[in-house]
Amino acid sequence: MDALDLARWQFGITTVYHFLFVPLTIGLSVIVAALQTAWYRTGRHEYLQATKFFGKLFLINFAMGVVTGIVQEFQFGMNWSDYSTFVGDVFGAPLAMEALLAFFLESTFIGLWIFGWDKLPRKVHLACIWVVAIGSNLSAYFILAANAWMRHPVGYEVNETTGRAELTSIWAMLGNTQAWSTYLHVVSASFITAGLFVAAVSAFKLWRERRDAAGVEGTAGAPPAGGERELFRSTLRAGLLVTLVAGLLVVFSGDHQAKLAAQYEPMKLAGAEALWNTEDAAEFSMFAVGDTEARENVIDLNIPYVLSFLATGEFGGTVEGINNLQEQYETAYGPGDYTPNIFVLYWSFRLMIGLGLAGVAVAAGGLWLTRGRRLPTNRWFYYATMLALPAALTANILGWLLTEMGRQPWTVHGVLLTAESVSPGVSLGEVALTLTLFTTIYGALAVVEGWLLWRYVKAGPAHLVPAKDSEGTDGADSTDRVPAFVY
Amino acid sequence: MDLVTVWFLAIAVLWTGYLVLEGFDFGVGALLPVIGRDDTDRRVMINSIGPVWDGNEVWVITAVGAMFAAFPAWYGSMLSGFYLLMFVILLALIVRGLAFEYRGKGDTDRWRAWWDRAITYGSAVPALLWGVIFANLVRGLAMDADHVVTAGLLDLFTPYAVLGGVTTLSLFTLHGAVFLSLKTGGAVRSRARVAALRAATVALPATGTFLAWTQAAHGKAWTLPVVALAGATLVAGVVLAARRREGWSFAATAVTVGLLSVTLFGSLYPLALPSTTDPAYSLTVSHAASAPYTLTVMTWLAVVFLPLVLGYQAWSYWVFRKRVTREHIEPTPAYGGGGPGDSPDGAPASAG
Repeated sequence: MDALDLARWQFGITTVYHFLFVPLTIGLSVIVAALQTAWYRTGRHEYLQATKFFGKLFLINFAMGVVTGIVQEFQFGMNWSDYSTFVGDVFGAPLAMEALLAFFLESTFIGLWIFGWDKLPRKVHLACIWVVAIGSNLSAYFILAANAWMRHPVGYEVNETTGRAELTSIWAMLGNTQAWSTYLHVVSASFITAGLFVAAVSAFKLWRERRDAAGVEGTAGAPPAGGERELFRSTLRAGLLVTLVAGLLVVFSGDHQAKLAAQYEPMKLAGAEALWNTEDAAEFSMFAVGDTEARENVIDLNIPYVLSFLATGEFGGTVEGINNLQEQYETAYGPGDYTPNIFVLYWSFRLMIGLGLAGVAVAAGGLWLTRGRRLPTNRWFYYATMLALPAALTANILGWLLTEMGRQPWTVHGVLLTAESVSPGVSLGEVALTLTLFTTIYGALAVVEGWLLWRYVKAGPAHLVPAKDSEGTDGADSTDRVPAFVY
Repeated sequence: MDLVTVWFLAIAVLWTGYLVLEGFDFGVGALLPVIGRDDTDRRVMINSIGPVWDGNEVWVITAVGAMFAAFPAWYGSMLSGFYLLMFVILLALIVRGLAFEYRGKGDTDRWRAWWDRAITYGSAVPALLWGVIFANLVRGLAMDADHVVTAGLLDLFTPYAVLGGVTTLSLFTLHGAVFLSLKTGGAVRSRARVAALRAATVALPATGTFLAWTQAAHGKAWTLPVVALAGATLVAGVVLAARRREGWSFAATAVTVGLLSVTLFGSLYPLALPSTTDPAYSLTVSHAASAPYTLTVMTWLAVVFLPLVLGYQAWSYWVFRKRVTREHIEPTPAYGGGGPGDSPDGAPASAG
């Protein structure tokens, strides 16, 4: 164990943790903005309730996303200063752009939105949440462009005198096919997550209402009338619909990602498929148990031609294998182990797809079961919808494990090794200390956030918008009061 | 003026913006237990910075991001060189940011007391440590020929650096107290005025000595009038606060913080990080800089977008220009429900 290993663990832990909150922020910002738009246009009280209810949950989550994001920006310099010095010229640009173009927008307008309910004209206040949503989505693009550059470096050259990478075309970098393809994939996955969040919360409320009513009246079976049922039935369907549409985009962009990987990161694709030797008409692996020492699979359950088709668009296409790529890399870059962790890659890939598709399937099934004015009486429907949320969060994390671990041993594919990126002046003890404290605090904060979300969900929208008074409260009469929405 | 100098100036501007803006919200946070006698007072204080603290904090994110892009070697040496201090600042900013959002969402006194501590320490600690870091940046660190900082944690706490920390902490506290007396009413406002004058008893000598020391040891000819002006605006800020001219007083303390930052960056240039091991190992601004292409792209970006950012941030300050008083605060916290052990379906009390 040395500082490099711990720095990698720290990057992994802080990034995965940050990414628990980011997808929800990206997707929920748009969903909350859409709910507020619906309220603005129809004036219906339920939409105001839904806006404030999901808005509150959004803010609890948003705060975590913001504070853990700062760590991300600082840790390149703290733990990876040789990397930073080498690529800052290229990699720093999108980060600075994110701050200047997106993060300022998000942070200023979220303040205006939280505190502006009674201070701004309704139209302007609505615009604020849309600016937040646009800012979140814009910020994702810049970060993913920076990340994509590490996996497929374009628009740069290495200056031999200074020994640093230098940007030659910002447009090449921002227009990197890996960047926009990854963006489409990650943002659709974010909308699946946010859609399932809204659906799971709504399902929970409906399930609770049913259960309680059944307990009180002793009439298990038919869902009771009244309460917030109509509201949560609408948001349930909206969440499921968002999930389904985003699910189609995720499949489309995921397919494109596989083809890009075959082209630019063949080792990642080979690892994700545990394909040891180059094959024509390669088979898609359904289940494999491999022996990573002997570099072969012991058990293999495959579907013929599918991998070749996925990777190249042709059933007979050639897909390169791990052993062959290892040889190629040794020839090109000198001796060394260029094989990432195959076990992690193989299972991340499979589970990501499996859990993601399960979430989308729940959405499709749920939309069917809630058609017309129906609400299913079977509690399994509610359980499945609630379980789909952790499944989606897990799929997001596995996607990043695949992306980042598949890039190893490189930080910048074919250009800079991870081992050459770490901060030379930072000791093992220092990284160990910060890793321990970050992990402890992050763990504690996860409990706090989970508890807060739980009690706000349990309390429901009624306490945020108590009386049915949507038609009068937003005028000038209450200008001087700080509404309950603020701190 | 070449692009490297332009970008050194841009970085200095971003840091200055950060110190001036987050300076006062750090001050408000640090004063929370001093001025906020009860929960309502503390909520008045928190709500006075509520709409703007997040936007203020983005200045540091932009400053650090711009250093990464424009001066990669500076970014790398500074963040890894001040490793543990940066870590403590990050932890402070994490718990502080969450505290603003989360303190009102529980309803036991213990819950709020914990988050109040997070706001106090989360504000005071970075206010102190940024001063320590910037003083070390000007003074220089033990650093080898490859610009790898070899100084240990204790090496960072030289008398000059500690004085730098005391200066930023006391100056931000003063700045925050003046902001509170400008932005609140009633008892909070009058206690803030008292706090400002008390903070001034530390801020005046500390800032005066630190500025003089900086000028004597590291200053340039042109920084002398800056130092003098910083001293003058600080005295003016305190006098104006005593005379209850809060708006002008706040402007004066803001200018003082700004001029302090100008003094530090002015003394540093043309170095980015001096080496105390051997002056020849110092990291110069031109050595740390990115290639002209990146700097050109960034210049266009800044020219187009920085005025826009300034515009909408100014607008958000305008929207929330009114004083926050106890009368504005709802009698119950945002969440009116029961505590953690309440019945699962206990009807939450009305929040209105």
